[in-house]
Amino acid sequence: MTEKDTNYQILNFGPAQPIMHGTLRLKLKLDGETIVGARMEIGYLHRCFEKMSELQTWSGVIPYTDRLNYCSSLMNNLGYCIAVEDWMGIKVPPRGQALRVFLNEMHRIMDHCTCLGPGLVDLGALTNMWYTFTPRELGYKLIEEACGSRLTTSYLRIGGLTRDVPATFVNRAKDFLREAPKYLDDVRGLVEKNRIFIERTRNVGVVNREDAMAWGFTGPCARASGVNYDIRKVRPYSGYEKYDFEVPLGSNGDVYDRYLVRLEEVKQSFKIMQQVIDHLPEGPVTADDPRTVLPPKHETYHSIEGLMNHFKLIFDGIQVPAGEWYSFTEAANGELGFFVVSDGGGKPYRIKVRPPCFAICQAIEKMVVGYMVADLTAIVGSMNIIAGELDR
Amino acid sequence: MAEGNVTLQKLKTQYPDEIIEADARPGDASIALKKGKIVDICRFLRDDSDLLYRYFIDICGVDYLELRKKPRFAVVYHLFSLDKKHRIRLKVPIEESDLIIDSVVDVWRGADWFEREAFDMFGIRFNNHPFLHRILTHHQFVGHPLRKDYPPEQRHPCTEPWDLDFD
Repeated sequence: MTEKDTNYQILNFGPAQPIMHGTLRLKLKLDGETIVGARMEIGYLHRCFEKMSELQTWSGVIPYTDRLNYCSSLMNNLGYCIAVEDWMGIKVPPRGQALRVFLNEMHRIMDHCTCLGPGLVDLGALTNMWYTFTPRELGYKLIEEACGSRLTTSYLRIGGLTRDVPATFVNRAKDFLREAPKYLDDVRGLVEKNRIFIERTRNVGVVNREDAMAWGFTGPCARASGVNYDIRKVRPYSGYEKYDFEVPLGSNGDVYDRYLVRLEEVKQSFKIMQQVIDHLPEGPVTADDPRTVLPPKHETYHSIEGLMNHFKLIFDGIQVPAGEWYSFTEAANGELGFFVVSDGGGKPYRIKVRPPCFAICQAIEKMVVGYMVADLTAIVGSMNIIAGELDR
Repeated sequence: MAEGNVTLQKLKTQYPDEIIEADARPGDASIALKKGKIVDICRFLRDDSDLLYRYFIDICGVDYLELRKKPRFAVVYHLFSLDKKHRIRLKVPIEESDLIIDSVVDVWRGADWFEREAFDMFGIRFNNHPFLHRILTHHQFVGHPLRKDYPPEQRHPCTEPWDLDFD
């Protein structure tokens, strides 16, 4: 530290700090209340996803992907499964795709609620915790019905879903779509024109359009800065082109825009889910592809081809042709990319996850300089840093 | 089809000696380049009016030891052009004995942490990087974990907090 530095106060927002929304450490240099320098340390939740995925079979990686962005685990499953399916040319049937879209949007809503609830609580708007966590609870009940677990779903497989949703799912989904939007409308009503909220968030943590792209911002944080980029529109996957929805854009790139973009995206997600449920096709949920999908039980037991197929898939795993490719989907925080290198065998050679949070988080050190400590909580809350995705 | 070609064609015209191999796969075009002029090439990709790769997506490293490819390492860049809707992957092979490459932080600010991660995981050094330290592993970690010769069960204790510098 230089002579000048001793005039400054050093404040450590350590990894066990509730405001940081995860295990992050931010070391601040303060001049009174104003931040003049910041340095972030991450990696407290590094669980070596990429190294572990090299030891698993291709389908064995799926539970690991759940734990990337644990607030919206199915979206990670989807990103990974689409990466492998597109490379192998596997077409998931319409019902499988529709259910994937439905649950994907459900998880997007969950993730945005997880950002909004605690983020608004950090600003002092305590009621929103309940208002955002109640639709989460309703959503988790529905997810549990389909996937078997609430948080880490592992519901998707390469080629489709694990199993079809239960018979009661559609009616419960309709109930959910009737009840849950009200809570988010209430949140919006509480904050959108709230004088205190506007004062705390307008023109705080501004990122302009050019900077957002140079940093690699994607998702709501980029759209709040005016970057009109949504993968569901630009390069649709899993049948998104069939649904009618809008992509909200901000203009200012401040904390206010980031929260409002998320609120509006939740509304659009409800719209997509309603369209899916109204027009849910019948049929199988997994592709009829012997390279990746286990044959139905009666074929395994009553035909030699089914038995051999089952045996090979269980013992050798899915064999993915050799090559390198990059696949990307619109996760809740932005572009979740998988750069995959395959050696043609049953285990991935290299999987690089491009986490949306990583690009967003690196900007925080520069963004908070010049603001006060209270603004720091607003900025960090609006960026939606999920440590699981950041550190993998 | 055309989008991969525009980028590849422009690079072939502008930097013909730097190209090792080009693959114009539709939607996922990639090009292998030499590392010497990588910063110039990236600046060209960002600023050229037909390309405008201003959207930074990803940088990572790959270890080709088990595939027995030479050179052993590669740095892979993923770029996107929002205006032209192009995507490109740049691959820069690097020898193990000369594991240094210029940083593109001055071209896209977002390269910062991604290059730190490539350093942390593979040991690839980036010239002119503002803060080239480990990012995902702790500061007392020894070795580069994503290399193929690093055992997955290896552990390193961390006994002290890291006294972070601001500059």
